[in-house]
Amino acid sequence: MKIKLEKRSPGTITTLYITFLSIILALGVSALIFESQGVNPLIAYKEIFVGAFGSVYGFSETVVKAIPLILCGVGLSIAFRAKIWNIGAEGQLLMGAVAATWIALNNNIPPNLKISLMFIVGFMCGAIWALIPGFLRAKLNANEVITTLMMNYIAMELVKYLVVGPWKGAGEWGFPQTSIFPKSAWIPTIAKTRIHYLTLIIAFSSTIFTYILFVRTKVGYEIKVVGDNPEAARYAGISHFKIVMLVMLLSGGLAGIAGVGEVAGIHHRLRPPEGISAGYGYTAIIVSWLGKLNPLGVIVASILFGGLLVGGDAIQVSLGLPSAVINIFNGAILTLILIGEYLANYKIKFEFRGG
Amino acid sequence: MNLESAIASLLYATLRAGTPLLLGTLGEVYAERSGVMNLGVEGMMIMGAVVAFGVSLSTKNVLLGILAAALIGGLLSLIHAFLSISLRANQVVSGIALTTLGLGVSSLIGRRYIGIPLPNPLSPLLLKPLTNIPVLGKSLFNQDIIVYMSIILAVILWLILFKTSIGIRIRSVGENPAAADAAGVNVFLIRYLCVFFGGVLSGIGGAYLSVAYFPSWREGMTMGMGWIVIGLTIFAMWNPLRAIVGAYLFGGIMALQFKLQPMGISPNLLAMLPYASTIVALLIGTSETMRKRIGAPLALGIPYEREEKTY
Repeated sequence: MKIKLEKRSPGTITTLYITFLSIILALGVSALIFESQGVNPLIAYKEIFVGAFGSVYGFSETVVKAIPLILCGVGLSIAFRAKIWNIGAEGQLLMGAVAATWIALNNNIPPNLKISLMFIVGFMCGAIWALIPGFLRAKLNANEVITTLMMNYIAMELVKYLVVGPWKGAGEWGFPQTSIFPKSAWIPTIAKTRIHYLTLIIAFSSTIFTYILFVRTKVGYEIKVVGDNPEAARYAGISHFKIVMLVMLLSGGLAGIAGVGEVAGIHHRLRPPEGISAGYGYTAIIVSWLGKLNPLGVIVASILFGGLLVGGDAIQVSLGLPSAVINIFNGAILTLILIGEYLANYKIKFEFRGG
Repeated sequence: MNLESAIASLLYATLRAGTPLLLGTLGEVYAERSGVMNLGVEGMMIMGAVVAFGVSLSTKNVLLGILAAALIGGLLSLIHAFLSISLRANQVVSGIALTTLGLGVSSLIGRRYIGIPLPNPLSPLLLKPLTNIPVLGKSLFNQDIIVYMSIILAVILWLILFKTSIGIRIRSVGENPAAADAAGVNVFLIRYLCVFFGGVLSGIGGAYLSVAYFPSWREGMTMGMGWIVIGLTIFAMWNPLRAIVGAYLFGGIMALQFKLQPMGISPNLLAMLPYASTIVALLIGTSETMRKRIGAPLALGIPYEREEKTY
């Protein structure tokens, strides 16, 4: 018997089908891992599903967690299209949160300007945090995977420093957190939920913006050319520097907005990094890949992973599991997606020969 | 504390903190020399840490624990090898998948080890006559076997890479796989072996944290060391001997961090040091690589595809 591989370009249906199958298989693999560690996967999965999608409140929480995932995921999909590996959405999100906190607790800023200023300055701070590695990549060819990651750790330590040090709230006793934001800096929420809808609107707008960017604009086309064929991009006179800086600006800025949403929409204060972000910046990497770097795909993937995060919280409480176990799903899904992509791009042919 | 003992204790801590970094970097140097970038080091290290701790605890044999860590590191690296070599998947994404998986699975396995100190940590192996050397003796020759072995290993790996035919084959696969293939070198096998070897060393590096350095289990205890390793690999310009310099430089920075804490500097600001230094080290490594026009394996990160796809 011979096994032959034939290259093919999968259609939308094939892609969807294989992606779906990859997720199911990944859930199966994760189930085996849970089973091997003495956790009944059926109970765990039921808890996750019921927690995330089983009630109106549960689903509203899924949406709450999907907001930062959409923002970070859409941003990353812009960078990844240019094959610029911004792994630093987590840090960029935290810097957005820091910026929002600074605006919220600053008494010299008129209250009615606070929310809009938070989004603007949050975008800028997230963008700056991404532009530093972007600049190092574009000018000095420094590997952006490492620099963006290191910027994550630096941002985490900065937030920790702020909440135990200079920004620690006066009345917070032993708690490492800032004072609560004044009401003028709270992003309004949909009644009976924690959905801070202004951020959600910005998230949806950013996906539409990104869609238009890719489909309708020259610069969107240039981003794709730089990613697919840097040589051709150079010959065509596309500025590598410009594209790198642009994708970093957008992805960092959107992550920054996600950070604004977390502190001003949910916590209303700055807390240690693990209290602000449930690893949204890292999960967004998987979200954008699962969404095939397509804005609509990112929204669907964000709801799925938002649900996983909500369900993860549920099993954390009921089964006493550490919150990091959710990474098992993340890692397994990403792995299986990669295998699925291969199967989508190659047709496996078995050739049987007599004898 | 007098100056002499301060230096001695700093040196001692430098060697200890640098050892997991050295092991990880040596492994990544080999993987990348063969043309495969493995960003899963953090995940393999943390899995090594949790498995070494668990096996050491249950068998009461710490060497068995380290062996198990080497094995799990190697096995996990095969996931990356399969995805990136056989399936030609994107190496950045595949490595991140591996790291994510490792962080998740280790937290699940390790949930029962939280807060338990290891009763039988790896004990120091005193090189008796040498410990009498002032200052250096107590800090350099009062270490455990992994510290000594990792330095010897670096030298051996340098010799293999640059002075043997195996080394030539590894480097040729990383520089020009098509030519190596034409010359009869098994590109896939060499890449698989190098990635596996990298995983083994990452596993041992992680084991060092949980059975010797701390010795206990804490979720996420690798604290980004696996990522620092990736930066150090570039700083070392894919050279095992330069890896020693880089790893101990960073070991020193980490050790210094804890020595400076009592002086009233915020521990959080000090904790930024190794990460900020990694960026600086990366810039140094990158600019030197560009200036000398040597270093980065040409085919690094590019999957190799044979013309004929019949197996």
